[in-house]
Amino acid sequence: MFGRRRFLPILAGCALIFAAGSARAADKTLLNVSYDPTREFYQEFNAAFAKVWKEKAGDGVIVRMSHGGSGKQARAVIDGLQADVVTLALAYDIDEIAAKTGFLPADWQKRLPENSAPYTSTIVFLVRKGNPKAIRDWNDLTRDGVSVITPNPKTSGGARWNFLAAWGYALKHWDGDEAKAEKYVTDIFHNVPILETGARGATTTFAQRGLGDVLITWENEALLAKEEFGTDTFEIVVPSISIRAEPTVALVDTWVDKHGTRDVAESYLQYLYSPEGQRLAAKHYFRPTRTDGVPAAELARFPKLEQFTIDDVFGGWQKAQARFFSDGGVFDKIYTPVR
Amino acid sequence: MTAIAQRLSVWRRDSVLPGFGLTLGLTLTYLSLVILLPLSALIITTSGMGWQAFLDAAFTPRALAAYKLSFGAAFIAAGINAVAGVIVAWVLVRYSFPGKRLVDAIVDLPFALPTAVAGIALAAIYASNGWIGGPLSILGIKVAFTPLAVVLALLFEGLPFVVRTVEPVLQDLDPELEEASASLGAGRLQTMVRVILPSILPAVVTGFALAFARGLGEYGSVIFIAGNLPMVSEIAPLLIIIKLEQYDYTGATAIATVVLLAGFILLLVINVLQRWSRRHEHRT
Amino acid sequence: MITPAARASRIAIKEPPWLKVVLTLSALLFLLLFVAMPLAAVFVEAFRRGVDMFFQALVEPDALAAIRLTTFVAAIAVPLNMLFGIVASWAIAKFDFAGKSVLITLIDLPFSVSPVVAGLVFVLLFGIHGWFGQWLVDNDIQIIFAVPGIVLATIFVTFPFVARELIPLMEEQGREEEEAAMSLGAGGLQTFFRVTLPNIKWGLLYGVLLCNARAMGEFGAVSVVSGHIRGETNTMPLHVEILYNEYNFVAAFAVASLLAGLALITLVLKKFIEWRSGDTGRGAPL
Repeated sequence: MFGRRRFLPILAGCALIFAAGSARAADKTLLNVSYDPTREFYQEFNAAFAKVWKEKAGDGVIVRMSHGGSGKQARAVIDGLQADVVTLALAYDIDEIAAKTGFLPADWQKRLPENSAPYTSTIVFLVRKGNPKAIRDWNDLTRDGVSVITPNPKTSGGARWNFLAAWGYALKHWDGDEAKAEKYVTDIFHNVPILETGARGATTTFAQRGLGDVLITWENEALLAKEEFGTDTFEIVVPSISIRAEPTVALVDTWVDKHGTRDVAESYLQYLYSPEGQRLAAKHYFRPTRTDGVPAAELARFPKLEQFTIDDVFGGWQKAQARFFSDGGVFDKIYTPVR
Repeated sequence: MTAIAQRLSVWRRDSVLPGFGLTLGLTLTYLSLVILLPLSALIITTSGMGWQAFLDAAFTPRALAAYKLSFGAAFIAAGINAVAGVIVAWVLVRYSFPGKRLVDAIVDLPFALPTAVAGIALAAIYASNGWIGGPLSILGIKVAFTPLAVVLALLFEGLPFVVRTVEPVLQDLDPELEEASASLGAGRLQTMVRVILPSILPAVVTGFALAFARGLGEYGSVIFIAGNLPMVSEIAPLLIIIKLEQYDYTGATAIATVVLLAGFILLLVINVLQRWSRRHEHRT
Repeated sequence: MITPAARASRIAIKEPPWLKVVLTLSALLFLLLFVAMPLAAVFVEAFRRGVDMFFQALVEPDALAAIRLTTFVAAIAVPLNMLFGIVASWAIAKFDFAGKSVLITLIDLPFSVSPVVAGLVFVLLFGIHGWFGQWLVDNDIQIIFAVPGIVLATIFVTFPFVARELIPLMEEQGREEEEAAMSLGAGGLQTFFRVTLPNIKWGLLYGVLLCNARAMGEFGAVSVVSGHIRGETNTMPLHVEILYNEYNFVAAFAVASLLAGLALITLVLKKFIEWRSGDTGRGAPL
């Protein structure tokens, strides 16, 4: 089988190395390319799914995980990381994979229920114990002397949700006055001392390095940070209104067909919507989209708040991305002149 | 291989030693496959984008700010290292003190310590709740997440380049020169500045250039501590990564080309400096 | 042999004692602040929660996989670059030919290439939209986001280490010994193994040592081509970054301390080599 490659011995050598690396996989394997905060969730979910799949199909399944910033992960898939499924922070990243490679159809988001988002989250504030700067809602973020930590929306999916949540609040607050919204978000960024590239980096900066008075972040990330760093270190402040953040999942057709894993990959994504999958999502601080089978105890940690969606307020990711985050977009305009 | 050897024999002096064709052939093949082919991929991709597109992608205000930071921080760090490195080399060559071997060994640490490890260690020290960052923040000096942090990381990575370049030259320095200078009535400080410094200057400049080149491209140790604020503390190599993450392949390749060319020019300068330095050594 | 320090103290060219003390102290302080302290921080942070937590972090499956991968990558990259270093320095040091200095500059090239750029070029070559992307997919070969890509990126960044160490050494030693061996009837390989190799063995070892330290510690280039698949394509430095990003600081510093330990062993071996080869810290710093 190496005959046709003999003319390029170096590549053949590399192929051999790779073959040796993957030879142990007797069971079916899936590669799930995901973003940072889902690690604990998928660790548990993969084990649960493997059990169910074994009962259903008789053979085992090993799910390999790759985690990183959502944009970085999407970039890797675009460049050839052979993901069977992608579970990223926002639909835009998966849109880009579809647009740049055609590995999956452009209407991928319609193939699964709930906009292809089995679990959601929202954007909240994490403040230090006792809330010394008295942060109660979005309008407190622009006060003088309040130092706000949020990552760079150009690189971090989470930061884009933060940005849009703030903008959405402002639109509601000033009755749809875009100019006032821009002024308000600009004021927030005047209070941002550093711009990490990813949500994780921002949390580390805030929690471990002690920088900033308030961290704008995913609810799941805030709950996790509270858990990791001790509940007596931080408090979560839920604003009056926020965005419904939808981390989306998708099957990557080209690779599942090549790997012969379509059936198991489909079941894997379907299982996210099952009561067990939803329960695990809730356990790991993601808001389940189908609460029927989820024990009330797991739902208690999610306070009710008014939420708007990106489709309602901004007309979907493509429009929001082009208007706010593309080069020369609103973010560049309001951020560049700060210093 | 033999054909190559025959053709090459036109350009080389005869030697009784065997293996010229084989070794040169292997060298060129390996060099081409591992280094030149990948680098040409970058250059060709860039040249495919056209001059105007390249300029637009490579010199946006944000990219310019990143170059300014990368060049500026590397320059400052290399400058501080040039001074500190000469002092360290001088102390190591001229004085003896307890624990000198240990000190000598520790100078090379930045060569051996992985950049990511250095990065998280520096972050732990200079963060506002760290060993040094703590006391400094009480004084109102913020280190972590500022351009100063970039300089500190590059200071760490660059030090051995100066020390190890200057050390051998100091060792070979002829003491008679110093004696002569002393006997002509020069004070010790005068001798150091007028006699010793000029003879080690080529080595210092070479070490400076090496540290500077290293600082330009450094990534691992900087990103953990720089804060990565666009226009303020975002280094050029990080901007390449960010451009990639924004699916802006043109921007990434264009900036990478600028960084690559800058490094290449520095390399040529270093080679010239080293030749100058060697000539200087022979002369003295 | 008289050391320069002894030579300098014998003659009347000493600095005043106060200057000596000031210089020594400032050198020590500088090294302590900027070099020794980061090293100490790694170990202090690693053991912050006790020895148990430290070892737990190291026997965790992902950490073990990272250690295996890092060793595997170095086990390919270092020998290849060692062979290249020997071959290249033989061609360069033992023969005169046109374009020699250009060749040396090209060998140095990876030193001046940012690690990030080194990773990027492999994406341009082997990424799915790269030069060989489609061909690789058609033939079911994975290079980037798999072990071969990590090996290639590591080879790239560690390429010059051995060659750079050997070229000046072999040039300094000249050709007479080899020429004498040849004229006495020894074969080419025999000459190399009996005459050249013993002469360069310490330099070779030194180059291999530095090459290995860099190969195991490379971060930027590997990060671009890794794909970050847990237990598969994460090297130790990447694993450090991941743990760090997961708020698992003790584990991050624990794995980092292994790499720091490797760095310390490298330094000790380096000192040993300098001592055995009678060299006192000479040699190009690169």
